[in-house]
Amino acid sequence: MAASDRVEPVSPRLARSDRASGRLPWMLVLPALAGLAFLVLPLAGLLIRAPWPTLVRRLAEPQVLEALRLSLVCATVATAVCLLLGVPLAWLLARVDFPARRVVRALVTVPLVLPPVVGGVALLLVLGRRGLVGQWLEASFGVSLPFTTAGVIVAEAFVAMPFLVVSVEGALRAADQRFEEAAATLGASRWTAFRRVTLPLIMPGVVAGAVLCWARALGEFGATITFAGNFPGTTRTMPLAVYLALETEPEAAIVLSLVLLAVSVVILASLRDRWVSAA
Amino acid sequence: MTLEARVVVSRPAFRLDLALRAGPGEVVALLGPNGAGKTTALRALAGLTAMTGGQITLDGQPLHALPPEERPVGMVFQDYLLFPHLSALDNVAFGPRCQGVPKAEARRAAAALLHRVGLADHAAARPRQLSGGQAQRVALARALAVRPRLLLLDEPLAALDAHTRLEIRSHLRRHLEDFDGATVLVTHDPLDAMVLADRLIVIENGGIVQEGSPSEVARRPRTDYVARLVGLNLYRAVAEGARVKVGELLFSTSDRLEGAAFVAFPPAAVALYRSRPDGSPRNLWQARIEGIERHGDNVRVHLDGPITAFADITPAALADLDLTPGQQIWASVKATETHAYPA
Repeated sequence: MAASDRVEPVSPRLARSDRASGRLPWMLVLPALAGLAFLVLPLAGLLIRAPWPTLVRRLAEPQVLEALRLSLVCATVATAVCLLLGVPLAWLLARVDFPARRVVRALVTVPLVLPPVVGGVALLLVLGRRGLVGQWLEASFGVSLPFTTAGVIVAEAFVAMPFLVVSVEGALRAADQRFEEAAATLGASRWTAFRRVTLPLIMPGVVAGAVLCWARALGEFGATITFAGNFPGTTRTMPLAVYLALETEPEAAIVLSLVLLAVSVVILASLRDRWVSAA
Repeated sequence: MTLEARVVVSRPAFRLDLALRAGPGEVVALLGPNGAGKTTALRALAGLTAMTGGQITLDGQPLHALPPEERPVGMVFQDYLLFPHLSALDNVAFGPRCQGVPKAEARRAAAALLHRVGLADHAAARPRQLSGGQAQRVALARALAVRPRLLLLDEPLAALDAHTRLEIRSHLRRHLEDFDGATVLVTHDPLDAMVLADRLIVIENGGIVQEGSPSEVARRPRTDYVARLVGLNLYRAVAEGARVKVGELLFSTSDRLEGAAFVAFPPAAVALYRSRPDGSPRNLWQARIEGIERHGDNVRVHLDGPITAFADITPAALADLDLTPGQQIWASVKATETHAYPA
């Protein structure tokens, strides 16, 4: 018995290909192909309908460059804000045992599933000129967030931060906490242990989270247009410009969309290795 | 640098309560089966596990109220826990850096320590590039780098293969001899404990069952666990002079004592006979063979009967006696090899 066990194929890959030699069930294959076409065709359409001869000229137009620059700056600053606030928040959720931790974790992930427009409305109610905090901000510091570039950053950070928190918290939970204990026996305070041991260990998770967070911020539309409006040069980011151009100048919308698609593909490529190795 | 501690850790279904003392330069080994509470005791000394009672003092200074980072303790973990993102040198320099030593000076001290453990050539290596034995030595250097007054070693040799173990054991022993603070090490391997420690503390189920020098523990085990570890047959007995009674059996021994006692003899001292040998009825009993197995170069025969015992005989003797499990035979042990001591 033991001898016959040993000659069986042990590789799951081998076992899978053995099973796949039977007939494929069309009930699964047909919808699968339809699903694939549904995902790929629109992107192909974008490439087919792109005004390739005039592409470079259109890309160099001032409004396009302006929107692109604004998008990159806002998404990057929003990601920095998310890192500054989100990594400590993830640490709190992963390492500190406090009452209602599960509730807090659920609250953190709400923006992940919340329609972005609702997020924008909520931000207006709190940070708007008549909002709970906004009123005080304006009275004390003369700062008003809605319909400013800072407002774009706030809206993007609100929507994108959960991506970072979830990713970093996962990395923290997967990291061996005994390294922190070893650091403690060597005289490291919890802050030193976090900075010099934990953070380097979870850096891949932080980077992955930051990239996802940045991509989400770059594509943000609903919360941005609701909270920050649509002013060229200050709050009109690429997604807003795409939406606007679609009504007046469809070809420009295609060009702008191509730029966003290119950015997404680059991000996907940079994350691919991580996702493959995590699987 | 004297450690005096009473460590109490209560958990549902488990209670650890032991008093231990280690003088300057002394190496105390906590020896016990898995789950006895050895590692918990070590973690409590380091401050990584909260104590529910007791106290720890080092040179009269209380430690138990301090967080782990403020205790003058160095710890070598079972799987070393070298920081994977730092070189061997930076791993060793980590402790001094945390104590506020300037970077250049910390690295110089770390390089000197790596040289001392014979790894000067591997200073730039990352932990994953080191062999098990090298990683163990880096872990030791890292623990010594904080100039601890108490050194804690958790199963320091358990993760090594047999050959490396031999080499690292003697290496570790040299470094422990040079260390002038108190050392507490945890192991489940009696050989490690005998070679490395000045004093053994045997723990079972969260409490101390025996304490003493390695030779004393090896010669006078007081529990079945210790007897198995040191390879002796052990029985509770009642002594009357040079005669002791184990149940209905009578043994002559070379020691004279009265009252409750232990009797111990090595399996190699047991002789087996197919028929009843002539002479004194003492130290002789009829047994049933429970099982036969290889044991090193010899054969170990498991005996059942009035007492359960192991007998080690040569393969040649096994062939001559033609023993099979289930068979009834006679067993005897020489009085000169039977050792009795007060319970």
